[in-house]
Amino acid sequence: MDLEEAEEFKERCSQCAAVSWGLTDEGKYYCTSCHNVTERSQEVINTDLIPNTQIKTLNRGLKKKNNSEKGWDWYVCEGFQNILCQQAEALKNLGIGPELKNDVLHNFWKRYLQKSKQAYCKNPVYTTGRKPTVLEDNLSHSDWASEPELLSDVSCPPFLESGAESQSDIHARKPFPISKASQSETSVCSGSLDGVEYSQRKEKGIVKMTVPQTLAFCYLSLLWQREAITLSDLLRFVEEDHIPYINAFQHFPEQMKLYGRDRGIFGIESWPDYEDIYKKTIEVGTFLDLPRFPDITEDCYLHPNILCMKYLMEVNLPDEMHNLTCHVVKMTGMGEVDFLTFDPIAKMAKTVKYDVQAVAIIVVVLKLLFLLDDNLEWSLSNLAEKHNEKNKKDKPWFDFRKWYQIMKKAFDEKKQKWEEARAKYLWKSEKPLYYSFVDKPVAYKKREMVVNLQKQFSTLVDSTATAGKKSPSSFQFNWTEEDTDRTCFHGHSLQGVLKEKGQSLLTKNSLYWLSTQKFCRCYCTHVTTYEESNYSLSYQFILNLFSFLLRIKTSLLHEEVSLVEKKLFEKKYSVTKKKSRSKKARRH
Amino acid sequence: MSDFSEELKGPVTDDEVETSVLTGAGMHFPWLQTYVETVAIGGKRKKDFAQTTSACLSFIQEALLKHQWQQAAEYMYSYFQTLEDSDSYKRQAAPEIIWKLGSEILFYHPKSNMETFNTFADRMKNIGVMNYLKISLQHALYLLHHGMLKDAKRNLSEAETWRHGENTSSRGILINLIQAYKGLLQYYTWSKKKMELSKLDKDDYAYNAVAQDVFNHSWKTSANISALIKIPGVWDPFVKSYVEMLEFYGDRDGAQEVLTNYAYDEKFPSNPNAHIYLYNFLKRQKAPRSKMISVLKILYQIVPSHKLMLEFHTLLRKSEKEEHRKLGLEVLFGVLDFAGCTKNITAWKYLAKYLKKTLMGNHLAWVQDEWNSRKNWWPNFHFSYFWAKSDWKEDTALACEKAFVAGLLLGKGCRYFRYILKQDHQILGKKIKRMKRSVKKYSIVNPRLSY
Repeated sequence: MDLEEAEEFKERCSQCAAVSWGLTDEGKYYCTSCHNVTERSQEVINTDLIPNTQIKTLNRGLKKKNNSEKGWDWYVCEGFQNILCQQAEALKNLGIGPELKNDVLHNFWKRYLQKSKQAYCKNPVYTTGRKPTVLEDNLSHSDWASEPELLSDVSCPPFLESGAESQSDIHARKPFPISKASQSETSVCSGSLDGVEYSQRKEKGIVKMTVPQTLAFCYLSLLWQREAITLSDLLRFVEEDHIPYINAFQHFPEQMKLYGRDRGIFGIESWPDYEDIYKKTIEVGTFLDLPRFPDITEDCYLHPNILCMKYLMEVNLPDEMHNLTCHVVKMTGMGEVDFLTFDPIAKMAKTVKYDVQAVAIIVVVLKLLFLLDDNLEWSLSNLAEKHNEKNKKDKPWFDFRKWYQIMKKAFDEKKQKWEEARAKYLWKSEKPLYYSFVDKPVAYKKREMVVNLQKQFSTLVDSTATAGKKSPSSFQFNWTEEDTDRTCFHGHSLQGVLKEKGQSLLTKNSLYWLSTQKFCRCYCTHVTTYEESNYSLSYQFILNLFSFLLRIKTSLLHEEVSLVEKKLFEKKYSVTKKKSRSKKARRH
Repeated sequence: MSDFSEELKGPVTDDEVETSVLTGAGMHFPWLQTYVETVAIGGKRKKDFAQTTSACLSFIQEALLKHQWQQAAEYMYSYFQTLEDSDSYKRQAAPEIIWKLGSEILFYHPKSNMETFNTFADRMKNIGVMNYLKISLQHALYLLHHGMLKDAKRNLSEAETWRHGENTSSRGILINLIQAYKGLLQYYTWSKKKMELSKLDKDDYAYNAVAQDVFNHSWKTSANISALIKIPGVWDPFVKSYVEMLEFYGDRDGAQEVLTNYAYDEKFPSNPNAHIYLYNFLKRQKAPRSKMISVLKILYQIVPSHKLMLEFHTLLRKSEKEEHRKLGLEVLFGVLDFAGCTKNITAWKYLAKYLKKTLMGNHLAWVQDEWNSRKNWWPNFHFSYFWAKSDWKEDTALACEKAFVAGLLLGKGCRYFRYILKQDHQILGKKIKRMKRSVKKYSIVNPRLSY
């Protein structure tokens, strides 16, 4: 706090009438005799220094500096807000439009604070730990407590006051009495004001914020904006460290100290799990009571037709297969707007796992073409091979065996690299988390020790081996015509597996087997089980390949395949449930 | 790299429940561990941190196995974070694992040098107090390996005087070990000086100075070693050098006491070397035969194929007691039961002679006692046609001895005997004839009875 700079401010303090002003960290004036903080602030010359002031300034007026050791008084929700802000910034750097951060995510977050009664409401949860003196002069702004018109209101005024409302109700009921004094006596403590209480809080009907939840917020915003990022992409970017998640807390402002219970809240030792975040997304969407999301139409990236194209390219399958995937999408009705659009307030809120579904459609098409029974695909490959040898000038027929050999190699290499990279992942932050002040020196000493040891061993490591992290890409494989060892199959034709009949094309293969004969009707969460050994090796390979691409469990993809089949062969399911192989040749 | 069960037993944890099963009575069940782990985290899946670090560990082990030091160092870089594991049990086990793997890498890595190793060792010593002594000791051994005796000694001295917290029993043993290693180093210098001394003439002017030095060294060393060798364990090099020094200064009783204690104290693990040392000592002291026999008797029970058994046999043979003489036969048969001794010509020679002597002394029962358990397999094991041919080709003397034994035990119809008999050898001709006669006379197989 710089007293010199505060000299030009000569007004009397509204609390104690003294003229003795200091500057807070935010550049606001505060009274040095009664610690009243004014709304007047020093002129900020460079606003760029504070990106996205809208989110950041929430609750700003409340931060008081106790002493440098203890840091600011801050609330857990501010921590999450900071993480969201970092994530939004990272998404912007990935090329997502700034509206996502400024409008969508910001509004979702405000709505969350309101719904969870943490701000923008009459009886906020936070009532203690703040001095009423701070805000008495701000009472005039407290009409903000009336529900702000979220979502429709794009140009929100700066939320300097937003945190203030919660103070204005200091005399109201205290649903969660927090006693700071009693905390310091016990061994349980936290750097944030409400960390201890937060970790114990369990209230029905309120979705509690967690670090994985921040990703649900990000995904919801991406979905709202219909951005070209799927959930699996998002999570992969997290894993590749393009989006702050693990140790996001280390970028908190210096004065936001974390220890004790904060460790359990902000310390993360696992990567996000697809199903978990997917579930959380629906949960948050429902909790926020969001209206129907913008329509997913055929020109959206998340539409199965486009995603299928993308994944066909990714796994080096012929472009011609796209006609078939489109056909399946049409037959199953999975391309329809109502099916695809997320509507949290609908009776059964559910959203589509766009990426998993698209991949499942490709698997179904592969099954239609090649049966994947460890037999037919190879005999079709023999035909293709012979044909290609004879007709070297023509567009080559797609040879499943060759494709398998190339993909298997590429996949194994990729997976090996991925496993190695995971094993080398550095989890620990530069800022160690500790339980209490007693542990602090120990934690810091440990950290120093690790850093020293790492420094020593880094001299033994080949410097070329540790190349910087790769730039984010939605593609993990790259297939080009030029690469001679790795044949690109995009231009290959499916002539060998289709036959003409009149005006339409039929698959040569007229057989089909269902991934799941009977769906589980009980109340367990999964409708199918995937026992690897029961399935053909080609099917296993394809599931492994795709589930690796999406970083999901194979069983999840298997389930999705079964669900697509259920839609595709609806009649077969209702008529002959027990028939193991449904014969179906389809027209094109 | 084997498993790390040792580490898993070792550390005392400040976390209560989850690990109590493992720190138990020194038993380790890997399956139980994983089971306990899943119980501790309430059936939830393992955290990715735990998964990746354990994957990292196996990558390091694999790299070490393939001697890919560079890769191992790369993974090691990441593995250091286990020192900060939030699971306190794993955190406490980490230093020792890291020390073991890290020192292995630094030992072989081409870019590593003495300095890097020393820095690493010093760092690891100071992570927690659990491993200070162990690492100091291993560090000293590393220095020894590189011929840096002085540094090793300094290291051991430092460790010796290190004090931290309460003294546990395991630490006591470590301190003793450290002191004993120090003693061993002192012994080494002493022994070098002694060599110098032996090269010098008594009238040499330097003789007295060196002699003085040799004497000064001894008492320190003995104090350092004697504490360790009282604790049950296998301390062969320490005992050996300690005894050598005691003997040098004429303290025979002391030496004998040490050796007797080392060999006979029941708390010590069974150790053939202890008996060998004692026997050799007694032999040097020209101790009475009965005493030496009793020492070797124990060795015979532990290692019946030991080369000292032939000496044992000669001792027994000379003994007046009938029981000893019977044992003498048993010992010879015992030696030849082992595949490694089948071509030991002395053993066969002894057996041939002794068999004849025994049979001449009308102790057919002794021979039959031994033979009964062997007649099923010795013919094929020793006396096959194949062996006759190859023995004769390689070593005719051996073949003759064996043939004689075969003849005595199996009768003159036996293949081995017949094959050797058929060989027309000019020099051995006489001997073979004599043998034939003896076989006819003494063979335990009586042809007249079999018809």
